[in-house]
Amino acid sequence: MRSYLDFEKPVAELEAKVEELRALSSPDDGVSIADEVQRLEAKASEALSQLYSSLTPWQKTLVARHPARPHFGDFAAGLFTDFTPLAGDRKYGEDEAIIGGFARFRGEAVCVLGHEKGSTTETRIRHNFGMARPEGYRKAARIMELADRFGLPLISLVDTAGAYPGIGAEERGQAEAIARSTDACLALGAPNVAVVIGEGGSGGAIAIATANKVLMLEHAVYSVISPEGAASILWRDTAKAQDAATNMKITAQDLLKFGVVDGIVREPVGGAHRDAKAAIAATGDAIAEALASLAGLDADAVRKARRAKFLAIGRTL
Amino acid sequence: MNWISNVVRPKIRNFLNRREVPENLWVKCPETGQMVFHKDLEANQYVIPGSGYHMRMSPVDRLKTTFDDGAYDEVALPEVVIDPLKFRDERKYIDRLKDARTKTGAQDAVKVATGLLEALPVTVAVQDFGFMGGSLGMAAGEAVVTGLQTAAAKKTPFIMFAASGGARMQEGILSLMQMPRTTVAIQELREVKQPYIVVLTNPTTGGVTASYAMLGDVQISEPGALIGFAGPRVIEQTIREKLPDGFQRAEYLYEHGMLDMVVHRHQMRETLARICRIMVKAPGVPPKGRLPRPAAA
Repeated sequence: MRSYLDFEKPVAELEAKVEELRALSSPDDGVSIADEVQRLEAKASEALSQLYSSLTPWQKTLVARHPARPHFGDFAAGLFTDFTPLAGDRKYGEDEAIIGGFARFRGEAVCVLGHEKGSTTETRIRHNFGMARPEGYRKAARIMELADRFGLPLISLVDTAGAYPGIGAEERGQAEAIARSTDACLALGAPNVAVVIGEGGSGGAIAIATANKVLMLEHAVYSVISPEGAASILWRDTAKAQDAATNMKITAQDLLKFGVVDGIVREPVGGAHRDAKAAIAATGDAIAEALASLAGLDADAVRKARRAKFLAIGRTL
Repeated sequence: MNWISNVVRPKIRNFLNRREVPENLWVKCPETGQMVFHKDLEANQYVIPGSGYHMRMSPVDRLKTTFDDGAYDEVALPEVVIDPLKFRDERKYIDRLKDARTKTGAQDAVKVATGLLEALPVTVAVQDFGFMGGSLGMAAGEAVVTGLQTAAAKKTPFIMFAASGGARMQEGILSLMQMPRTTVAIQELREVKQPYIVVLTNPTTGGVTASYAMLGDVQISEPGALIGFAGPRVIEQTIREKLPDGFQRAEYLYEHGMLDMVVHRHQMRETLARICRIMVKAPGVPPKGRLPRPAAA
């Protein structure tokens, strides 16, 4: 059973009808049913592509959070070989909201990092819905330092609602852990590429997203605070989340205009969750292209380019 | 409102033509309720004499009480794009910004100055919680970057008095980008081997804590300051539990290894001077009297 978002209702109805007709039809039925199925299918796909070519920022937020959207694990399986996750921050614990380690990307030795939201109740709890605690960010910083020392390009896949707000997280220095992770990411002498594959939630995202090249999937969102959070603080009304999403300019298309991201990865019609394989393949091509554009730079040049890029953000709007 | 404020207030407004005019001649301690005459409070660096509660202090007062003889040069800050998102919530962001500018007389939340601290040239930045909650937008971010780069260019220590509710949401992603931008500038200061000292003041939370305010070589806080990533209300709503007493206060952070020291405002100048002088290998300050200004400066 495919799960539909509220705004996909027209498509859902058409696709339900197609299914119904298919179930009813048998091989000896006339051509008419097959024709009708074909006609409806075309109509559904037309409606879908119409819908997805003009998603509102709030609709994109919902797509970015779609439970069937491919997550870190799906990307890792599709993009990497020899993936060897590393664990623990060597200080306190292991946090599976962030996964990372060594891998090969199209044959090349790399380090990878990413938020994992999980896809079943059990895995969602295990990965804390992709909301990392300080240990996650300290593990990330550890992996960045390894990437730096061994000159391994770093690929980050960003997908988090934000860093976890809790007593333990605060007690163990959530803010400091995020700051150090950002610091390590910006100090990397190896080239890095970050891709926002779903939600880029504030400081929890930025901690692993300050890369030489920052890409976003077509329907991903990246923001300073969730639309709900902004609505509750600025409008004092969480029902205003749609307004907040629109006003905050959180879509890949807006961020490309601001120069905050360097490129957009096209998603299959109907979003990455309709055809995860295609979405992952397109992401792989975009990463390969980004890494190729950084090839041949020495550690100093890589650092300088990254610093200059971030310092320039916002200076020429 | 009591009869004193009703009768006297309009008059003070007139003859004390300065910012941050106290609402009252008497200021109430938020902790004990004790009433303090505003002149006494000012003379005591805005620390309540009885309870030791550290009240908020204007950036100008902070700079004056930090530099030798209260003398400093303000560093000119680059202009930034105003209201890049054309943001409006219940009100237009640009109107909120104008109000804050009128109220404080400042362009934005961060001021930067250079001057002498116990004869040692230093660069100091002060973040004003009174300016839209000290929120970190493009202007404040650029100010912190400018401060760090000024310190790097002049080869002086950089002292950051942080105070902020976090990112300026009305500037969206561009406010978030100030976290890496300021971090880049910190790395530039490290390269010229100059100290970066952070003084956390009440309150410092959100994206500010999760970037430059936690990356100091030495982390100092004023007593009682609220310091954290998520605000207490957000945490309470998430976990639906009452938070422990003293949670996210400076003393709590000190106990959890996040701060080097909690320093009373009256000892701040001396502490900063001592640390900076050691870190740049300048001779110590004699117990009484000041050293002459180093010739190289």
